[in-house]
Amino acid sequence: MSAQLIVFFVLAALAVLGALSLIFQKHPIHSALSLIVVMVALAGLYLLMGAEFVAAVQIIVYGGAIMVLFVFVIMLLNAGLEEHTSISKMAGFPGILLAIALTGFIAATVARSAGTFAQIPDSTGKISGGLSSTHDISTAIFKTFVYPFELTSFLILIAILGAIVLAHREKH
Amino acid sequence: MDFLSAHAEIIITLIKIVLLLFGVLTADAYLTWFERKLVAHMQSRWGPHRVGPHGLMQPLADGLKFLFKEDAMPEDVDKFVYLLAPLLALALALTSIAVIPFGPDPIRLFGHNIWLYIANPSIGLLVLFAITALGVYGVALAGWSSNSKYPLLGGLRSSAQMISYELALTLSVVGVLLMANSFNLTEIIDKQSHPAWGIGLLGWNIFSGPFPQLLGFFCFFVAAIAETNRAPFDLPEAESELVAGFHTEYSSFKFAMFFIAEYASMITVSCLCTILFFGGWLSPFPQSWTFTYYLPSLLLIPSGLWVIWDGLRYETIWGKLVLPVIGAVLAIAGIALALPQLQFVNVFIQGPFWILGKIFTFLFVYVWMRGTLPRFRYDQLMAFGWKLLLPVSIVNVVLTAFFILLRGKP
Repeated sequence: MSAQLIVFFVLAALAVLGALSLIFQKHPIHSALSLIVVMVALAGLYLLMGAEFVAAVQIIVYGGAIMVLFVFVIMLLNAGLEEHTSISKMAGFPGILLAIALTGFIAATVARSAGTFAQIPDSTGKISGGLSSTHDISTAIFKTFVYPFELTSFLILIAILGAIVLAHREKH
Repeated sequence: MDFLSAHAEIIITLIKIVLLLFGVLTADAYLTWFERKLVAHMQSRWGPHRVGPHGLMQPLADGLKFLFKEDAMPEDVDKFVYLLAPLLALALALTSIAVIPFGPDPIRLFGHNIWLYIANPSIGLLVLFAITALGVYGVALAGWSSNSKYPLLGGLRSSAQMISYELALTLSVVGVLLMANSFNLTEIIDKQSHPAWGIGLLGWNIFSGPFPQLLGFFCFFVAAIAETNRAPFDLPEAESELVAGFHTEYSSFKFAMFFIAEYASMITVSCLCTILFFGGWLSPFPQSWTFTYYLPSLLLIPSGLWVIWDGLRYETIWGKLVLPVIGAVLAIAGIALALPQLQFVNVFIQGPFWILGKIFTFLFVYVWMRGTLPRFRYDQLMAFGWKLLLPVSIVNVVLTAFFILLRGKP
């Protein structure tokens, strides 16, 4: 087993365990910390694929900005232990069905596109033809796909405006 | 022997990590001494002067005190997070120094090139920002997990402050990135080595290029001081309001870990200021002025002689013995560097000499500001960050981009 494969399995296990712990932890802060572990493990996986820029941005945006905000809000509200209600059987049955369907769908997709995933990083750790360098990514975002990209930012702006409107409504 | 040569790279890196950790921790310890001494003299006091000559053994005494103090843990804390927070703070602060390059040339030893950095990733600056972004957790989690009101308020303040100033911090370096066209710290320095009229100083990002990065540097330095929670932005630990802020409930070595982390991030920020805006290891003089190569000697010999003279007049026997020896070592090192036989050493240390000198200057400014400026009020802090630093750094990005379009890349 090559060193890369070992690192992959360690990071993948870390990500899955973090995700499980996120669901099963009782305290919101512990859940948030588990989510940070997942984010950092994902960043490590990106790094393993030679996508340095994406890995760094993953940590800066998700690990840094978004999760800090989560932790901050949890601290500010001083949220206590979660209350667990007994799971309703009505929701349980379709939930299990949906989970099985989703797993099957993902597995099928992975199996079908196995050829494209088989690109193994070369000795320098880069995947040929992939978007790995900062230059490639910026060209893709700001030249090739500039209109879809700006439209997405516009969508986020609408969401922010909506949040502000909703938060201010109480004053009237 | 085969094992050694087969794994030479890994072994060299491990040795470098150990040496750098030792260096940074020692620098941290003496930074506390330097700060106490300097602030004391600014306030017409003596500062530490009992432990060793001029209080030089004070950091050691402090370290021992931290080690032997009772390690009290308050009741009902969230144990895992409570223990995780100082570890996280220290580990992240020390990790960030790994990507800082301290000199342009490698040391050649046994046929191996030993570069003066531990890692040189092509996205060096982004790695640093990623580590800084995670640094908030140490403070926030410490405040939350202590299960006490002062740390909680301190942790909340600090999270809010770091989130607010991280924006300005990141935006203020975009100008430098636009000029350098790279995230790699070594390349950013190299791009500053083509000064106008051959005067090294004018090649630095702060003075050169289509648009000198004065605004960028201002925003970066202020935001970085706020990120490191230092005066005048040390609200998270405002002792008159919050006792000791987020680390109120930490004692013994867990407190020391926060302390070391704070000083290590000061060093990182000083390194970044030097590299991004002040040309890193580049000399401020024209390249033709080869006599500036004797500057290290010119600095070492008089300071060595002064330490000898001071040591001979010192009150205690201990000081009379130790200080002249230190002075003699400094003076002899200075003389040795000026010898023609050791010229290759002198040429080699020029890069490290300039970068360490500049880093030291920024550390001095850090302490100077602490000794001079009063603490911000919380609303002033938020207004300053959001209403002044953020717009100014955005204006800096726009202006830099505009001038690069207008006048071409530097």
